[in-house]
Amino acid sequence: MSLLEVEDLAVHFGGVKAVDGVSFAVDQGEVFAIIGPNGAGKSTIFNLISHIYQPTRGRICFDGADITGSKPQDMARLGIARTFQNIELFDHSTVLDNLLMGRHTHRQSNFIQDILFLPSVRREERLHRERVEEVIEFLELEAYRNKRIEGLPYGVRKIVEIGRALAIGPKLILLDEPASGLSVEETQDVAFWIEDMRRDMGLTVLMVEHDMGLVSQVCDRVLAVANGKPLAQGTPHEVQADPHVQAAYLGTPEEVAV
Amino acid sequence: MRVVFKTSYDRDIDLHEHGLDRGKMLGLVGLMILLPFLVNDYYLAEAANTLIWALAGMGLMIAVGHTGQVSLGHAAFLAIGAYTDAALMNAGVPFLVAFPLAGLLTGLFGAVIAIPAVRMSGIYLAIATLAVFVIVEELILLLEPITGGVSGIAAPSITLFGISFDRYGELHNFYWLILAVVILVTWGYANLMRSPTGRSFLAVRDSEVSARAMGINVTRTRALAFGLSSGVTGLAGALMGHYIGFFNYELFSVFISINLLLVVTIGGLGFIQGAFLGAVLITGMPQVIAILRDGLNASVGVDLGSIPGLDTVLFSVILILFIIFEPTGLYGRWLKIRTWFELFPLARRDMFRRHKTYLKTERMK
Repeated sequence: MSLLEVEDLAVHFGGVKAVDGVSFAVDQGEVFAIIGPNGAGKSTIFNLISHIYQPTRGRICFDGADITGSKPQDMARLGIARTFQNIELFDHSTVLDNLLMGRHTHRQSNFIQDILFLPSVRREERLHRERVEEVIEFLELEAYRNKRIEGLPYGVRKIVEIGRALAIGPKLILLDEPASGLSVEETQDVAFWIEDMRRDMGLTVLMVEHDMGLVSQVCDRVLAVANGKPLAQGTPHEVQADPHVQAAYLGTPEEVAV
Repeated sequence: MRVVFKTSYDRDIDLHEHGLDRGKMLGLVGLMILLPFLVNDYYLAEAANTLIWALAGMGLMIAVGHTGQVSLGHAAFLAIGAYTDAALMNAGVPFLVAFPLAGLLTGLFGAVIAIPAVRMSGIYLAIATLAVFVIVEELILLLEPITGGVSGIAAPSITLFGISFDRYGELHNFYWLILAVVILVTWGYANLMRSPTGRSFLAVRDSEVSARAMGINVTRTRALAFGLSSGVTGLAGALMGHYIGFFNYELFSVFISINLLLVVTIGGLGFIQGAFLGAVLITGMPQVIAILRDGLNASVGVDLGSIPGLDTVLFSVILILFIIFEPTGLYGRWLKIRTWFELFPLARRDMFRRHKTYLKTERMK
């Protein structure tokens, strides 16, 4: 059964049909990519799945339940974590605190217990810390543990954001251009981590990515979109060979002739 | 240079990562407890005033420094705290009940206004809170049977377990009472900031959209922060009422709100320590100016007393200089000085390059 099912999804901003009739399903344990030229509506699809936008039409089902009308803050609890295209970390906090913020949905204590810092709060903090340390070890962030985000290089921030999403303990992770702005080596690291997330953590990965090298390397299936409409779906090779996709990226031969 | 060798996660969870830090904090608390034996009554009263301002500053710091919500209305919460406490005590309620109740009611009031207000941010929130302040001021005048209207209200002398804590009769007892409240609140505040609730405040301040993605209910978190903020400010207001003794609505002018904002900004936004440093500066400045004025008058014969508004001008100049040269405030400056000594002689100028990053609060989105 599919973990995430998107049916006939559409969002219109006034007359602009940013996403119009997109359907796809991501299976449990799959790595699925959405590709498309700039302005195709890829990030908008992400924002619809994480409910930052409410769709004009269509349905989103996750883990067998219809989650179409949910609030963005419900996503983490359901098990959907995400990263952002333009890194959205908590800049004035350390890497460790950023990752701990990812544990928010697992908190048991209320604010009064927190103010008194009861022994139960400390026990809980230790457990959160252990989970976070696993993420730190997985992404090799040990050297940056106590560094504040504002002083970190771009590549590291990108990784910290993936780490924060992993700290949530999700079933599905949405990666919005995980390799953009990264060097070749860093992109390779991301490719290995995505493989490990799937293999060791049993995660399902949905990503938006421009780097076709990374997409062909790690993805099982790809959905190509342009102008908010789906163009093609299939394995990376099938999609790359699709004439519609090639036309969307490169223009049609007739256009070139004119 | 000190290297902290951590052997358990508890070292990071503890309030102080090193025994030396804990020792220093205990030393400072000890000094504050012994203060009545070290200085005369005039300076002890000033110290009590500074502590009350630090308490109010901590209240505002929760909202401005840690959750990124600017408030120009915190004088209203001081007023609500002061009037609630005084009115309850005049009705025969003992201080031990009236004082926490004053904080609780102010906190609830703050949380209730916060529910619509927290949807705004930056300058719009500042204006909304200013409007709340004006409404509260009018309410104080309208509720004359409770508040005494224009003529004001007296805060009764405090007696606990048969011991007098009178502001004038037993100043050292009164000072210790304030100190105890400040220590408790500071401890609770520090606990809050190392727990999930405090982290959710910082998350909401730094990035609302990712706070939501982490599962944080932004509206509820901001309302909680605003409620806690006004509650602590209400406690400070109650103590301020007792400190002044007899007050009317004029005590809580909009300038008090602005001074409170100065406390947290000059002290260092986002640091509990900042509230204390800011309070020392704000309450100490007029004293220093007065001493300088008298000194100049006596030695050189220059009479600065004849220049109106000198204090205000000096305040503004200091604030402007801080915003330009030290956005992290007095505490940020202190951290740099400390690092310089810790690394001596390895510190380089570059390490202290001016911070270009501002909190979102300051950016006025």
